[in-house]
Amino acid sequence: MIITVASGKGGTGKTLVSTSLALSLKTPVQFLDCDVEEPNAHIFLKTEIKEREKVYLPKPIVEDSKCIGCGKCSEICQYNAIAVVKGKVLIFYELCHSCGACSLVCPEKAIFEEDSEKGILEGGYSGNIEFWKGTLTVGEAAPTPLIKALKKKIDNKKTVIIDSSPGTSCPMVEAVNNSDFTILVTEPTPFGLNDLILAVEVVKKLKLPVGVIINRFDIGDDKVELYCKENKIPILMRIPFDREIAVLYSKGIPITQEKKEYIKKFQDAFDVINMLQQKYNNKAIKS
Amino acid sequence: MKQILIISGKGGTGKTVVTASFAVLAKNKVMVDADVDAANLYLLLDPEIKSTNAYIGSKSAFIDEEKCIGCGKCEQICRFDAISPVRDKTPKVSDSCLEQPISNGVYYIDKFACEGCGACRVVCPKDAVTLNEEETGKWFVSDTKYGPFVHAKLGIAQENSGKLVSVIREKAKVLAIEKNADYIIIDGPPGIGCPVIASLNGIDMAIVVTEPSLSGIHDMQRVIGVAQHFGVDTKVIINKYDINLENTNAIKEICKDNKVEVLGQLPFSDKVPQAIVKGVPIIEFCNDQIAQDIINVWEQIK
Repeated sequence: MIITVASGKGGTGKTLVSTSLALSLKTPVQFLDCDVEEPNAHIFLKTEIKEREKVYLPKPIVEDSKCIGCGKCSEICQYNAIAVVKGKVLIFYELCHSCGACSLVCPEKAIFEEDSEKGILEGGYSGNIEFWKGTLTVGEAAPTPLIKALKKKIDNKKTVIIDSSPGTSCPMVEAVNNSDFTILVTEPTPFGLNDLILAVEVVKKLKLPVGVIINRFDIGDDKVELYCKENKIPILMRIPFDREIAVLYSKGIPITQEKKEYIKKFQDAFDVINMLQQKYNNKAIKS
Repeated sequence: MKQILIISGKGGTGKTVVTASFAVLAKNKVMVDADVDAANLYLLLDPEIKSTNAYIGSKSAFIDEEKCIGCGKCEQICRFDAISPVRDKTPKVSDSCLEQPISNGVYYIDKFACEGCGACRVVCPKDAVTLNEEETGKWFVSDTKYGPFVHAKLGIAQENSGKLVSVIREKAKVLAIEKNADYIIIDGPPGIGCPVIASLNGIDMAIVVTEPSLSGIHDMQRVIGVAQHFGVDTKVIINKYDINLENTNAIKEICKDNKVEVLGQLPFSDKVPQAIVKGVPIIEFCNDQIAQDIINVWEQIK
């Protein structure tokens, strides 16, 4: 079972939920921090890193001596990453997607590819939790190759918990895609609702079962509750605003450690997720 | 004309709350929301949309199943794992991912994975692949009582948000030159990836709104790293500073070490969610300490 925790809006409590859930379960857990731009789960799941793998992507390089300046590479590039100025090829690496089309079309085989480091995967154990995180190199633009590399680590024998980046574009889609269940964490404000609706639309488009956790449910208004009710989206848990939780979070202390009642709450939420997922699978088989 | 960008690394630290207050305080400016995949600033600025524009963000490959002979060359060349033979179709791949109905012996393209590079079209021996331009979002020019506002909405599960950020920033620049504006004020996206990099391009001052949590500190350091990597003058605002004074001091130390000025610290305030619910910038909602502190920050940077 793969559960992805995502949100739309940032700072609603994804990492709080994903790490607390991981720490509450009795089943073997594998945790993947797929928020590779800003990975934070390691702050809560103290892990001794045992394995490190760098992630590389090919980077095109032009051999000037072979290049005839025909411009075919610039024509084929869909990302405007190649310009030919006065017969000389210029590559803008920030725009390159490492697709390889330029070297494919070069009639003189003047473009070769070299590995370029995009980030690092680090793995280890936090107690019984198998932990992996990806960290995008500062200055690199594309998080998805790292998320893909992380998801290759998925061990289906375990309960896999994925912490996603916020938003609704490529990194979030990459993290959520092919999950068995998605938890969307939100807050009851117009910001939270606006971004929740966008995130729900993404998850619906991917045809995945979804549930919502409302964090700080007692601030703001009741529009998130109404939206979930109208759209038949189950609310898995409501977490109150509690300055103590904010302080624990700020120190990197998991709430399940200091406020033990949350262990049971997350276990109950997990049972509900299992039930909803079963129901969803049965429905999928029938149709 | 000065371009000011508000970013954070970590989401939910208060970027939009600060930006909306600057919209009230700055006199002659153009506002931009560059958080195009989860845009919120419009909820506080109450825009009246003047023009809606299509954003053609990317291309998507399409395989003509009549022409496809199932040779698999496209699958081999694709670096985005976007092409698979139909026989591999598992229930996990939802029908919405299919560019075409299922039949045997052909390949299909997962449109969420496809990045529209066209390498498959190059290798296809039967000319079965076409690249179609896709409208992947919309962008808007609006009037608000605070002045012009350029914002966008990326389509559901679409990519290339960085390019959309560049498009709306270009439009904002044109507007700013036309009306001889003193500032362009940009609400940035969280993270450090492509939309953030597109937001940083040509910025005069980046303001990082952070919070005194270990996550906030970690993410602030990374985003300062990116801003400095691109040579942008960077400053910091510590929001909710009183949640953890020890961490607030740690932030000040880190900023000192990195030669980053701390513009101010804002207290935790339950008025913030109330102002958001009301849909107004915090400094128009109350006269509390937080409002005073934001005004003080603006006085320093204007």
